[in-house]
Amino acid sequence: MSGVRLLVGTRKGAFVLTSDGKREKWEVNGPHFAGWEMYHIKGSPVDPNRLYASQCSGWFGQLIQRSNDGGKTWEPVGNKFVYDGVPGTHQWYDGTAHPWEFKRVWHLEPSLDDPDTVYAGVEDAALFRSSDGGQNWEELSGLRGHGSGPHWQPGAGGMCLHSIILDPKNRERMFIAISAAGAFRTDDAGKTWQPINRGLHSQYIPDPNAEVGHCVHHIAMHGIRPNVLFMQKHWDVMRTDDAGDSWKEISGNLPTDFGFVIDIHAHEPETIYVVPIKSDSEHFPLDGKLRVYRSKSGGDEWEELGKGLPERDCYVNVLRDAMSVDTLDPCGVYFGTTGGQVYASSNAGDSWTPIVRDLPAVLSVEVQTLP
Amino acid sequence: MIRVVLPAHLRTLARVGSEVQLNVEGPVTLLSVLGALEAQYPMLCGTIRDQVTQQRRPFVRFFACQEDFSHESPDALLPGDVAKGAEPLLIVGAIAGG
Repeated sequence: MSGVRLLVGTRKGAFVLTSDGKREKWEVNGPHFAGWEMYHIKGSPVDPNRLYASQCSGWFGQLIQRSNDGGKTWEPVGNKFVYDGVPGTHQWYDGTAHPWEFKRVWHLEPSLDDPDTVYAGVEDAALFRSSDGGQNWEELSGLRGHGSGPHWQPGAGGMCLHSIILDPKNRERMFIAISAAGAFRTDDAGKTWQPINRGLHSQYIPDPNAEVGHCVHHIAMHGIRPNVLFMQKHWDVMRTDDAGDSWKEISGNLPTDFGFVIDIHAHEPETIYVVPIKSDSEHFPLDGKLRVYRSKSGGDEWEELGKGLPERDCYVNVLRDAMSVDTLDPCGVYFGTTGGQVYASSNAGDSWTPIVRDLPAVLSVEVQTLP
Repeated sequence: MIRVVLPAHLRTLARVGSEVQLNVEGPVTLLSVLGALEAQYPMLCGTIRDQVTQQRRPFVRFFACQEDFSHESPDALLPGDVAKGAEPLLIVGAIAGG
């Protein structure tokens, strides 16, 4: 019988939550790496038992862990992330020049073809690749060397490269997003990059329509239609139908279009999910009611999903990598909160149940659908 | 034998007890002790000092014989009692909540 495995990264360790295909009863395994910040854990689509995890600490720095048995056991692999050449400067919060400094790995994206190849999005923003299972890391420096780097600036969470999307139909194409620089695309497997931010409008930068400087929070793509991307920006939910050449706003009737997560139904590429957050200065749901919003029309028209979610006194956040979907039918949707809850819906969002309520603050949720 | 006491998180990472023992060739300095430690436990590379600059990580401190060696030159000799194995070098995570 098929099943699902959730890989949950938190401020104080990693947890592996498993269930069968019914998704009613869950086994909670963890904490792994107790006491460490686990920014992201993700499995290889080629070999689901090959997992990579980003483990870090303000005291002891960055580690990468690898598992070959679905998270039962782990081994530390390479953690030497060195920028290519002289890193130069980016903008600090006040607009002054600030040197590039490696801080942590926000996101790990295993290759679609090779379990030993994995990409890492790091802070200060850069993209690294390992081709030997995480032992050695090399920067794809064409991104940072694009020329706009001196104009990138950190968002509140730091200047992080947080989204990496590999095009399943074109192995030369990849999308990434940086807070706060914007989205970028390569069409030559990472050698050269172009910013893809036309149509984004951001009041917090001197030129609201600038080529770079936008605080993109997350981007998502459905594999069967890789030219269509959805974006949750600092404010505004956006969509492109031409691989990022142009974007249009699809916030429509959302009660607030600030938020962090965005994801897509596994079988319906026009069905998308966001969790509206009150504002950039109040990172919690409107009126203390936790709500997911779903659009079945690719944006603009949104419906409120609240069955099973807190109706009052809820002041958590849902961070950018903390939502994921499985590929079962009906599609399962999962998200984690800074209050330590992980919610699951086994009916595409119609109703929700907490799997766990009291984990440390959840940083990321990835789901694997197992045979 | 040089004795080194690691902080709890690094003990877990290196899968060792509270104290490890190292053979150190030549003068016993922070540089030589950390080199021997990382050679014996390569998973600790980067956790105590930067792998490129060799600078101590900001929230890591080095104590021995009731003295703070965090700001000493990496080439300075450690106390004779550390070199003889009578006292351990303490690698400590700075106190800072969380």
